[in-house]
Amino acid sequence: MQSQAMFFKARAADKLADRRLQANLAKARTKFVDGRARAVAEYDAEVGADFEALRTAGSRIRERVLENLDVWLETFEERARSRGAEVLYARDGAEIGRLVVDIARRHGVAKAVKSKSMLSEEAGLNEALATAGVVPVETDLGEYILQINDNEAPSHIIAPVFHKSKEEVAELFARTHGTPRKTDIGEMTREARETLREHFLSADMGISGANFLIAETGSAALVTNEGNGRMVTTLPKVHVVVTGIEKLVPTLEEFSTLMRLLPRSATGQHISNYVSVLTGVRGEGDADGPEHLYFILVDNGRADLVGSDFQPMLRCIRCGACMNHCPVYQSIGGHAYGWVYPGPMGSVLTPLFTGIENALDLPQASTLCNQCGVVCPVKIPLPDLLRKLREKQVERKLRPWRERLGLRLWGWIAARPAAYRLAARIAARWLRRRAGGAERLSTLPFVPGWTAERDLPAPPGRTFHDLYAGRARSRSGE
Amino acid sequence: MRVGLYVTCLVDLMRPRIGFAALRLLEAAGCEVAVPSTQTCCGQPAYNSGDAALARELALKAIGEFEAFDYVVVPSGSCGGMIRTHYPELFADDPTNRARAEALAARTYELTDFLVGVLGVERVPGDFRGTVTYHDSCSGLRELGVKAQPRALLATMAGVELKEMAASEECCGFGGTFSVKYGDISTRIVDRKCDDIGATGADAVVLGDLGCMLNIEGRLRRRGDERTRVLHVAELLAGDD
Repeated sequence: MQSQAMFFKARAADKLADRRLQANLAKARTKFVDGRARAVAEYDAEVGADFEALRTAGSRIRERVLENLDVWLETFEERARSRGAEVLYARDGAEIGRLVVDIARRHGVAKAVKSKSMLSEEAGLNEALATAGVVPVETDLGEYILQINDNEAPSHIIAPVFHKSKEEVAELFARTHGTPRKTDIGEMTREARETLREHFLSADMGISGANFLIAETGSAALVTNEGNGRMVTTLPKVHVVVTGIEKLVPTLEEFSTLMRLLPRSATGQHISNYVSVLTGVRGEGDADGPEHLYFILVDNGRADLVGSDFQPMLRCIRCGACMNHCPVYQSIGGHAYGWVYPGPMGSVLTPLFTGIENALDLPQASTLCNQCGVVCPVKIPLPDLLRKLREKQVERKLRPWRERLGLRLWGWIAARPAAYRLAARIAARWLRRRAGGAERLSTLPFVPGWTAERDLPAPPGRTFHDLYAGRARSRSGE
Repeated sequence: MRVGLYVTCLVDLMRPRIGFAALRLLEAAGCEVAVPSTQTCCGQPAYNSGDAALARELALKAIGEFEAFDYVVVPSGSCGGMIRTHYPELFADDPTNRARAEALAARTYELTDFLVGVLGVERVPGDFRGTVTYHDSCSGLRELGVKAQPRALLATMAGVELKEMAASEECCGFGGTFSVKYGDISTRIVDRKCDDIGATGADAVVLGDLGCMLNIEGRLRRRGDERTRVLHVAELLAGDD
């Protein structure tokens, strides 16, 4: 997927002005936030349970993997192969496309059904398949809606149509399926299910992501709510798993710990409707399962992060809690971020995966309020990572000259108390004079961004330190 | 007990009476308070702008000015968070200064945290009468655990009735330079805060950080709300001089 992150400011402005989107965002805003809060409270109410301790355990598990990623990859590869799977590696999105197309050709695939995979978005996999003459069909309800809406991009990592209302979907369904318009969600879902059922039965290949890869068993774990993941991975004769190299978990036991964290953090569910642990090809006497199983383990910028300042980002288990709780995401939605991953995790990943110079706004467009950091199930210090990306921008002189000059000038003054006192004195008086008799200023020449939509309460005109020195003098004179 | 008051640059420039209110509260509680006259800024704007070298320079300056005190008190959650949480991080590769930063961090407190947690204050001079709602500033809340302390102090004031707003822990959208660089997004965020404040019908919104204060007051007034007062918790607790 081509990144549009450089146009963040303009896109954000469009999203702020989009009334329908704003109404949808306002409606959805607290759904996941309230759900998570309830689930955490219920968890904490259980005997001996402590969600904070669970977060610590989750982050340790993910760190343990990252510290020896090569070893766990080898273990996984060996176990998966012993169960009849093939394990392939892809360096980037283009290579994912080539590998999947090769597999499709090898097995004479005309149609591929897909369950949700953000990595397939990174790779632009649907375009690659279509070009090679393979019809890709998205079967996650949200992704399906986006696909029939002219391949619109998802705006949330677990709720791809977070930005849409059911009315918009109703219109789209009526138009695409040629059926009478219906707005009952249950009926709409049934309509999608009937359409998709045909595709499940006629597809030759299923493509899925993996929420986790379990090293000790060579399995892929899938966490879904719709059941489409099971269809995709068991009905077609070929199953291809496309996932990141960092998704490994050493053991089933550790997987179960992470499963206590993931649904609660994501949707507020104690457990998702479906949890599948898929191991190997269809065995003798098995009722279902693929005849051919491929794992495509993807780097696409991940390996470079191991051992760097940004390694903690690889702990991410893609729950979406950071964006659900982000005041910026809540205001503009996911599309403004311009690439696959929105919200705080996206503001870290997009510059790291697509180039720091290609996503200059994303690390800056955060208040660093740390609401994301305190809800992250694996304790990724997201504000610290955003700040580190800002440091990289400064080191590489990627900030605008005005900002660099301003910061340098301010720093020079702040390091010199006498100069600072003088500057503060002048600023206080100037602001006071500008306000006249008023209590506030409604325009400011140097920071128009501030006063465009808010006033600045006017200062009294003398600084604390001047007043304090005056008071000390009069006291000693008493 | 010798306490160094870190006034903060925004209080110095924008609302000096908060500094005097903090001074009065500390003195009323029996502290010997000094205000080092060479203090400027804690370096937070540099740190958050990605200029770690400049942030280190300003941090060393502040450490030198304040390390001789028994305690350092700051009427701001974000400046307090800078000293307590981020100063030690700034010197990760410099053991000598890291030790100095950690020693200072361990003795640095946000004002209400100090009044309640260290001094055990149970009476305050302020005599405000009316309903108030409290906005939990991000750094104070999530870096320093300031949540119960200001409320405990407000509860000692007979004339004050606290009416909690919805989502009091949500960011007001200030974020330092964020509010200037992305003013339009910031406005959308602060609008939600203003709505939540307005819904309580409180006479005043009380908070512990100047940035949030300027942002919330600025937006309330631009929206035409002339009624809701915006007060720093120190002003409310200390009352009029």
